[in-house]
Amino acid sequence: MQNDIYERIRANPKYQRLVQERGRFGWILTILMLIVYYGYIALIAFDKEFLAKPIGTGVTTLGIPIGVGVILFAIIITGIYVRRANTEFDALTEEILKEVRK
Amino acid sequence: MRTATKLCGALTLLAATGVAFAAGGDLGQTVKQETNWTAIIMFLIFVGLTLWITKWAAARTKTAAAFYTAGGGVTGFQNGLAIAGDYMSAASFLGISAAIMANGYDGLIYSIGFLVGWPIITFLLAERLRNLGRFTFADVAGYRFRQGPIRTFAAAGTLVVVAFYLIAQMVGAGQLIKLLFGLDYWMAVVIVGVLMMVYVLFGGMTATTWVQIIKACLLLAGASFMAFAVLFHFGFNVEAMFAKAVEIKTNLALNDPKVVAKAAEQGKDVMEVAQNVGRSIMGPGNFIKDPISAISFGMALMFGTAGLPHILMRFFTVPDAKQARKSVLWATTWIGYFYILTFIIGFGAIIFVLTDPSFLDAKGALKGGSNMAAIHLANALGGNIFLGFMSAVAFATILAVVAGLTLSGASAVSHDLYATLFKEGKADSASELRVSRIATLCLGVVAVLLGIAFEKQNVAFMVSLAFAVAASANFPVLLLSVLWKDCTTRGAVIGGFLGLIASVGLTVVSPAVWEDVLGNPKGSAWFPYTSPALFSMLAGFLGTWLFSVLDQSEQAKKERAAYAAQRVRSETGFGAAAASDH
Repeated sequence: MQNDIYERIRANPKYQRLVQERGRFGWILTILMLIVYYGYIALIAFDKEFLAKPIGTGVTTLGIPIGVGVILFAIIITGIYVRRANTEFDALTEEILKEVRK
Repeated sequence: MRTATKLCGALTLLAATGVAFAAGGDLGQTVKQETNWTAIIMFLIFVGLTLWITKWAAARTKTAAAFYTAGGGVTGFQNGLAIAGDYMSAASFLGISAAIMANGYDGLIYSIGFLVGWPIITFLLAERLRNLGRFTFADVAGYRFRQGPIRTFAAAGTLVVVAFYLIAQMVGAGQLIKLLFGLDYWMAVVIVGVLMMVYVLFGGMTATTWVQIIKACLLLAGASFMAFAVLFHFGFNVEAMFAKAVEIKTNLALNDPKVVAKAAEQGKDVMEVAQNVGRSIMGPGNFIKDPISAISFGMALMFGTAGLPHILMRFFTVPDAKQARKSVLWATTWIGYFYILTFIIGFGAIIFVLTDPSFLDAKGALKGGSNMAAIHLANALGGNIFLGFMSAVAFATILAVVAGLTLSGASAVSHDLYATLFKEGKADSASELRVSRIATLCLGVVAVLLGIAFEKQNVAFMVSLAFAVAASANFPVLLLSVLWKDCTTRGAVIGGFLGLIASVGLTVVSPAVWEDVLGNPKGSAWFPYTSPALFSMLAGFLGTWLFSVLDQSEQAKKERAAYAAQRVRSETGFGAAAASDH
């Protein structure tokens, strides 16, 4: 009985769309986060001088906005995913479940 | 139970080697200070409030579900704060601000590593955890697997992570409280142990969650006040703050005989060398030695977060996937904000603490040990009352973290080992609750005893080991069982144990343990890198993949066939445990 419902959900084109789009979205953001973080680590490992370069004539270095930028990037990218998942994808999920329960 | 015995055996072995452990530790060896009454009164207020909450929570903790997940009725915002509370330990507050005071920029690199695991959890795990799980992460990892082996593995992974994390916290607690409150080390450890047991025993997840929330609010408020006070001093001009810090570090270097000698040796101008030392706090220094260590350490922090059992468990306290996602977003925001605050606090400590002789001893070192940077800064900025407040917050912080750890360890014993493995899922709620309370009691007593036993030992490696085990054992099994159709019980269990053994084994032969703890000569460690994660994660993932692919048994076929239904549930939440059946 339950398995039946699972099969019906799986056959629903909306489910296919949900899984494909949300999956792709999640993986793209994951890869972006990995690139940003390991890019930062690679800079530290291979080019410390770059991060230690002062901006203009002051003492503040490029490393400060870049480091704080990685923190903000992590928060913002999480926000982007949660926003789309909690509105668009959850609405789609809701539709799928409603159709199955009919 | 077998794993628990094995674990205890391993720990006793570790303790019984009887080698002279080097001094230091997560929070370092500290000197007992005079009794600080303001701090004690503030802490008593915190304890009074949390015990009152525990009493209220105890009335609601009548079932195993309430004990494990607070009945599933925590909102995303509350859970986000509680996760942040679980994650912001005293070691990260005091340790990172002290590291920034000493070395500047390097402390930021460390903070960033701790933060970047959160987006990954959000994108790949949060909703799937909530949709598949009920009480522990083994519910998720073992959804379509044979319960015996997968639960044994999950309980081992949980208990190893919890044990190392807990010992590090207990030793840190003893050192810190000796320092801040002027209590004896053993008394501090016993107080932490007893209070933590009261919260978990009577109030279960409800009390633990509220202790985390209150502590997170207090810590964020205190740290915000300090950072804003520092920035206010410079008219919110960050450049002016950095310039002042560089100037102070340059002047300190000018008066440092080592710097003068080095300049003479190299035939350079002393001023030039001192300026370079001053400027060095604005860029990366020696924190990252070689690229392999850098990447490996980064992996441990990033993926370890996604395998910490006490963090994963928090996803089952919210009603649905929507709230689960909201809670990680809140957690990420608070934790990121907190790390930016600690960065400012570290620079504030350079400016206000390093220049004030009343915080320094005769040799120019910080009174009470290097980790006192943030505490002395609290005194400099807000006087004795604020010093008392921040000391009480530091104590509360440790208490909240150990309560969360103990709860997840106890759940592994009662839910994974007792109810699912031993009783084959037929245990009633009342007896499961009883076992979880007995397990809490045992864990609490063991934590206190180990905390006292490890007083003089170097436990600095234990937190990074906990992260490495979480990243190499728990994370690969969790991720592959949820996302990969062909994963089987055999693959997950063998791969998971390979990751566990590799991360613990490589840590033992790494410089941090082999040389610093076991006292072997410098350079004799077989494994030269800071963290084993790059290699042990590979062992975990490859092992799981290989032994799954090779597994052609009937059981494996059934497990692969069951993936389709699991996938539908993990994606849509259809059939997921609702807040009401908790």
